[in-house]
Amino acid sequence: MEQTLFRGRRERKLGEGIAVRLEGVRKRYGDTEAVAGVSLEVRDGEFFSLLGPSGCGKTTLLRMIAGFDEPDEGRILIAGQDMRGVPPYRRPVNTVFQNYALFPHMSVEQNIAFGLRMRRMPKEEIARRVAWALELVNMQGLEKRRPNQLSGGQKQRVALARALVNEPEVLLLDEPLSALDLKLRQELRVELMNLQERLGITFIFVTHDQEEALVMSDRIAVMNRGQVEQVGAAEDVYELPRTPFVARFLGDSNLIPATALEPRRVRTPLGEFVLDEEDALTPGQEVLLSIRPEKIRLFREKPNLPNVFQARVDDIIYTGAENHYLLEADGVRLTVNTLNQDILEPGHDEFSYDEVVWVAMTPEKLVVVSEAGSGGGNGA
Amino acid sequence: MNEAATPWQKARRLLVTVGPGAFWLVVFVLIPSVLVFLASLLSRSSTGSLAPPWGLHNYVRFFSEPLFWEIVGRSLWLGWWATVFTVLLGYPLAFYIAAHRYKQVLLLLVVIPFFTNFLIRVYAWIILLQREGAINALITAFGLPPADLFPSTLAVYLATVYTYLPFLVLPLYAAVERIDWNLLEAAYDLGATPVRGFWEAIFPQTVPGLFAGFLLTFIPAVGTFVIADLLGGGKITLIGNLIQQQFGSAQNWAFGAAVSMILMLMVLLGLWLYARTQGERGLDELV
Repeated sequence: MEQTLFRGRRERKLGEGIAVRLEGVRKRYGDTEAVAGVSLEVRDGEFFSLLGPSGCGKTTLLRMIAGFDEPDEGRILIAGQDMRGVPPYRRPVNTVFQNYALFPHMSVEQNIAFGLRMRRMPKEEIARRVAWALELVNMQGLEKRRPNQLSGGQKQRVALARALVNEPEVLLLDEPLSALDLKLRQELRVELMNLQERLGITFIFVTHDQEEALVMSDRIAVMNRGQVEQVGAAEDVYELPRTPFVARFLGDSNLIPATALEPRRVRTPLGEFVLDEEDALTPGQEVLLSIRPEKIRLFREKPNLPNVFQARVDDIIYTGAENHYLLEADGVRLTVNTLNQDILEPGHDEFSYDEVVWVAMTPEKLVVVSEAGSGGGNGA
Repeated sequence: MNEAATPWQKARRLLVTVGPGAFWLVVFVLIPSVLVFLASLLSRSSTGSLAPPWGLHNYVRFFSEPLFWEIVGRSLWLGWWATVFTVLLGYPLAFYIAAHRYKQVLLLLVVIPFFTNFLIRVYAWIILLQREGAINALITAFGLPPADLFPSTLAVYLATVYTYLPFLVLPLYAAVERIDWNLLEAAYDLGATPVRGFWEAIFPQTVPGLFAGFLLTFIPAVGTFVIADLLGGGKITLIGNLIQQQFGSAQNWAFGAAVSMILMLMVLLGLWLYARTQGERGLDELV
């Protein structure tokens, strides 16, 4: 993921203030609790993602921030103001909708001017700001077009301009890239990030695409079944998942059941492992260990490392950049990804089917994840 | 598709694709219109049938007689206001039906009057509105004096609105059904109040259906003669009555044909003006 490098290079300047604050927000539809108690703080100027599978409550949460739905319980504060009872047209937020929701009977220009017109801004001022917004999204020259004369990517840009021209405190984006093809999506990701950085507007970005969230966000809230499982920077949620759900939803993960023997020593079906955990375990505690497929190392000879065991190569999947080895050891199945960096070099030796290999799991890469349900409420 | 189609194959393809529609238009629109136009150029014979000499004398007669202008004006006036009342009633009704759980049932109720003959339905209004009718029975039950509801202009309006309401509601309903309600949320999000949001985001989506319904109501309402005849007590002469009289009692088919042509040209002129003001999109959106 080369975009990660791009993100890592960015010097992020976040404000100290809180743009949006959610306090124990709940929303119920009939028998299902769409949002089951969410508390979060989104900082000024932050690119914040709500990530989760469909039905996890992320869109409901966004709609409550926009004001289309009222929470049954809890409070939503935007720029310090309690938003209970404040209709969407009086909230200092604007939304980019998943289907764009452009007005089909209006030109690009008129679409962008809509919000300013509702605020009864003088005509010349509207024209000036619309021109600015058109330039912002590189849509100059298309102002007279109607939405049905635009491509998907162009519609997306107009939707963005229509929202940003109002200079909202917070911009809400509901899966704005999901209807576009991969190449365009990747381009728009970078554009969105640059735009957000330039304008310094707080973005709350809803997505089910973990890569999108990892690439773009300052922080990610991973949601599942109406609750926030974990909040943190991209690296934090990926490298140190706190729940099995987070471990599996963001990238692939090998989950190994374990019983604590000592504070930093566990017994697993694969043998006894030492851990490098900050939070030491209490002996007898049952936990799950998570390790990412790319962090497991394979050897032909027994290496002089901690946490080594033998496993059989069950299958090899060539994916281009990587080989995925499916291993089997004592009834436990593991996935190991190795980079195909030297695959064409002479003497490069691949592991083969049914070969018995040595597997090493470095202690610091084995992460203890607690069972689901104890997550949430990590909004810092 | 065969690359090298013979002229015969091309002609056959054209016949299959465009043929049925063209046939329909020629037989049911073009030929009758041409016949009416030709009839309008003839004169009345002594026996009341069509006869030479040819000429524009029927048109000259129509335009030189103020009485006929009065009739046209009255027809347009009645047609316009009857249509306005129909819109006022039908517009909310279309939304009500589209939002209702049993919308199929409600739609059926809108269409059900068509199962009964039009004349019978107009006579039914006489029974309702006459001095000893059901409505006056209700009024007198409250101790009020009975009202002269029939024959009257009010009765003509009532029956016209009643008759053409389904023609307005059905195309409007089709438009309301297809409304993208997300646009209302988008309007709210951009600062529009509910009323403003409706006018800016929802109403424009209903305009094509509204216009189609408007035409389907206005055109027959302007040309109606049965309603004015029966409920107006023979005192209200509309352009429809005029045409009917010429083909009937007056036995002047040529003049009746000329009045028909004038009515048709007025409607086409109105459509053309609408298309002009709306730009080229105008008529496309009417579907």
